[in-house]
Amino acid sequence: MSMPFYVSPEQVMADKAEYARKGIARGKSIVALEYEGGILLIAENATSLQKLGEIYDRIAFAGVGKFSEFDQLRKLGVRYADTKGYAYSREDVRGKGLANAYSQAVGDVFTREIKPLEVEVIVVEVGDDQFPGHEKHSIYRVKFDGFISDHSGFCVIGGNVDDVQGVLENEYRKDMPLGESILLGRKSLDQGTDGSASLTSESLEVCLLDRTRQGRKFTRLSADEVQGMLDA
Amino acid sequence: MIFNGSYRGSSFWEMLQVDASHLLPDFTALAGDGSVQIPHGTTVLAFKYNDGVLVAGDRLATEGHRVASRDVQKVFATDKYSLMAISGAAGPCIEMARILSVELEHYEKIEGERLEIEGKANKLSQMIRQNLPAAMQGLVVVPLFAGYDLRRRTGRIWKFDITGGRYEETDFEATGSGGLYAHESLKKTWRSDLSKSEALRAAVGALADASDEDRATGGIDLTRRIFPIVKFCSEQGMEDGSNEEMESAYLKILERRANGNGGARA
Repeated sequence: MSMPFYVSPEQVMADKAEYARKGIARGKSIVALEYEGGILLIAENATSLQKLGEIYDRIAFAGVGKFSEFDQLRKLGVRYADTKGYAYSREDVRGKGLANAYSQAVGDVFTREIKPLEVEVIVVEVGDDQFPGHEKHSIYRVKFDGFISDHSGFCVIGGNVDDVQGVLENEYRKDMPLGESILLGRKSLDQGTDGSASLTSESLEVCLLDRTRQGRKFTRLSADEVQGMLDA
Repeated sequence: MIFNGSYRGSSFWEMLQVDASHLLPDFTALAGDGSVQIPHGTTVLAFKYNDGVLVAGDRLATEGHRVASRDVQKVFATDKYSLMAISGAAGPCIEMARILSVELEHYEKIEGERLEIEGKANKLSQMIRQNLPAAMQGLVVVPLFAGYDLRRRTGRIWKFDITGGRYEETDFEATGSGGLYAHESLKKTWRSDLSKSEALRAAVGALADASDEDRATGGIDLTRRIFPIVKFCSEQGMEDGSNEEMESAYLKILERRANGNGGARA
């Protein structure tokens, strides 16, 4: 019987991280952005396979990397939220709890399995003025190894993060109107591509958590609606 | 919990059965020999009008001869384009309406599109069928389900039996202890081209007739200002009937009765 080669834990982790990072960097970027009426999610996505999704009344999801893997995470999030809301109350479903659950699930796969998940996700929760102590927005990012961080203002995942983030760091202002924030979102995504031409409404996926809506605050904007905003 | 679950489909109800059965309501242990009194709901009705469908219900729940609640809700919006109205054992009925609304929202989020109205009615029928053991012990759930069909551009109505049997109604239907009287009332007042305000008057008339003949139906309580729940469902979504309009329709009925046109008078 032959003995397996010894590989140090550091080396295993570094290899897995390298593998996951490569997979994620191949994709396109997604930007989450706070605006005056809520939170905007904007992704470069010309396909009909959606990267942004509704989780619950005030919570939305964005995922980059391998579609089958992050879409599975999105569905897990919907199951988690609906079960919790059914067992307790709708107000008890919170973005932080979900982000933590993601962090643990993704982190578990990273340490236990040979192949890590090639995904990175954002969980956003829009603030509610009617709900004392919950007026502020939350943005959480979970990386392929389960690393979790919270952000204020904006957050970028996938693709060419540094370039996209550079634009936002220079030009993001608090409480921008929706139209302006969509323009800024597109401009930052343009920077992540080769930068030669602006992305069209057909190649953008845009969703909102609109704090002025009653109940479920998630809305998906059609290409026409996005075009209207870009032209205005 | 759910993150370790094995269910991979798009139904909330099935997911609970597979991964969280402790959350599923199970009423089969409660023997219905009359020794345990639980609240019952009474009269609900649904009919089509010009723009879609109207669903209404009185507010009274009874435990035997006792009033359990004067302002219970028996008509529920299960999503933007569908409604469920309940009569029978209130606890299981309300729980079923709650699960159905989570079910419809869950499916929409997982799949990225809404179920067709026919699919929603079919799902409800499966849920009623699974309640059959409890129904055999007296915990009967026989709802009305109605909604707007965005493809056929019309309102649609279904009634159910305790086995989950699903029967589509073409015009109007009423169930519950006062359902028969409401049904007969609608037979006289319903037309295929009712406007919205005519529809509201017909609904108030039917509930007033039901509460006049059936002691377990609440009708309109002008003293406490408790009005029936009336919901309109059309292409534009859901809308509540106005209490002021219901009041004026009801006052006209009372006036007719006071003038001796409504049966026995001292």
